[in-house]
Amino acid sequence: MEKRVTFKGWTLPLCLLLPQVAITAVFFFYPAGQAVYQSLFIPDPFGLKSQFVGLGNFNYLLNDPYYRASFATTAVFSGLVTVVSMGIALYLAILADRLIKGAGTYRTLLIWPYAVAPAVAGVLWMFMFNTRVGVVTWYLGLLGYDWNHVLNEGEAMGLVVAASSWGRVSYNFLFFLAGLQAIPKSVIEAAAIDGARFWTRFRTIVWPLLSPTTFFLLVVNVVYAFFETFGVIHTITSGGPQQATTILVYKVFSDGFVGQDLGSSAAQSVILLVVVGLLTVIQFKFIERRVHY
Amino acid sequence: MVQKRGIGHWFTHLGLIVGVLIIFFPIWLAFVASTVTQPEIVRPPMPLWPGDRFVENYTSALVSGINAPVARMLVNSLVMALGIAIGKIIISLLSAFAIVYFRFPGRRLFFWLIFLTLMLPVEVRIVPTYEVVAGFGMLNSYSGLIFPLIASATATFLFRQFFLTVPDELAEAARVDGARPMRFFWDILLPMSRTNIAALFVILFIYGWNQYLWPLLITTDPSMNTIVMGIKQMFPSGDDVADWPVIMATSILAMLPPIVVVITMQNLFIRGLVDSEK
Repeated sequence: MEKRVTFKGWTLPLCLLLPQVAITAVFFFYPAGQAVYQSLFIPDPFGLKSQFVGLGNFNYLLNDPYYRASFATTAVFSGLVTVVSMGIALYLAILADRLIKGAGTYRTLLIWPYAVAPAVAGVLWMFMFNTRVGVVTWYLGLLGYDWNHVLNEGEAMGLVVAASSWGRVSYNFLFFLAGLQAIPKSVIEAAAIDGARFWTRFRTIVWPLLSPTTFFLLVVNVVYAFFETFGVIHTITSGGPQQATTILVYKVFSDGFVGQDLGSSAAQSVILLVVVGLLTVIQFKFIERRVHY
Repeated sequence: MVQKRGIGHWFTHLGLIVGVLIIFFPIWLAFVASTVTQPEIVRPPMPLWPGDRFVENYTSALVSGINAPVARMLVNSLVMALGIAIGKIIISLLSAFAIVYFRFPGRRLFFWLIFLTLMLPVEVRIVPTYEVVAGFGMLNSYSGLIFPLIASATATFLFRQFFLTVPDELAEAARVDGARPMRFFWDILLPMSRTNIAALFVILFIYGWNQYLWPLLITTDPSMNTIVMGIKQMFPSGDDVADWPVIMATSILAMLPPIVVVITMQNLFIRGLVDSEK
């Protein structure tokens, strides 16, 4: 789409663009370029000069069992976060949608965990499940279950998934509820008159009509789990135990800043860049399709 | 009507209330912990009802904190969140105006360059961005906290979409009346974009306030810490016992401003959320 009516002149629009272009160039394109450039080199231990290794860093990474493990961890983690947060949100949204009055009240009550930063959510959950003072840990102990996410890899994963999904339920609930309320009631009532019970109606009418929302949320939640959960991991587990919760973004950080392995960190950045690119393409493809519905 | 009456109706409410309570529980527990004494917490189980130390714990956190006064961290977060929200809105309004209302050489190129940035969160390019910021001597500074995070085009894209829906007749009329472009921008386009600006402001404020990784990297000086990243720094290293009441009071303070923004501006917030994801 283009404007038919435009203003004349070159200098004014270029001046208007200048702030954004300058900031983007300095803080975005240059660093992104550097990431690609650095990924082709291995710096010597003193950081004085670096040696060109071509795709060596990538080759090394893809054969590195730790990196592969981190890929698998990320897949498990984002899969779980997406399924858990969307599942709970859908359940609550279906309940809220059944109400004639009061859906708005529940929306207000459920919406605000979205505002809690992932890092703060991490601290809250770490407090509940703390091995020494955690309330939930204590009550689990009463039941005879010995919770220790500091040592147990599965429990560590469970905890970061729970903390990451928690705030996400609000977001997904909001979109699911809007999606459900957009489905014409007459269609559902017609099915009900024909004798379709709740599950039949859900399976044959609601779920298919909700699928654009579901697919959109699927992509958005995977992106969230990939990139915005750093705070949760860093506050709760710091990637441990034995790297069991080291997701890719966390590994870029720990290799680049803690381990000072710049070449490898840069190569990891480039790989992540490709992953985001793919996810974005999927998202845009889908949005285009939704527009033509 | 397909809505249930009677028993089913109450089960629906019951399910929702249980859901709300479970979602609330972590925050409730943090609030309780921020109102009791340290010994009450370290000898589990901690109480589930607030104690009487509210004033003491919050004063202690705000005034002295652990590494730096929390009041100071709140100010840092506020400056960062406002800087990101306002800065991003200003540069995006200007560049969207340029891209939509002018024809100049390189216009498509600029559009695509800006558009490309939609794809890369700061997490992906942290090491080189850190080096750039360090090179400018912007570590431990507000500009270092703010600028790298406004280098993305979500807002530009949004304003572009909105400007495209503004009727051509308005620009036409302005031109016939001899208004200069900036006059049109100030007197017509800006007032029309008010709701969009407000909705975007809410989203960007929360985004800026909740940043974690970036402040963690570039603020090594505790007095420049933002509150969200400062909480983790309050935990002692090694086996020392954390000062839970103060830490939990800080957590509550860290989530309060964005929660207040979301609840008081719920409609703008929902609108911003839907807009920015389209």
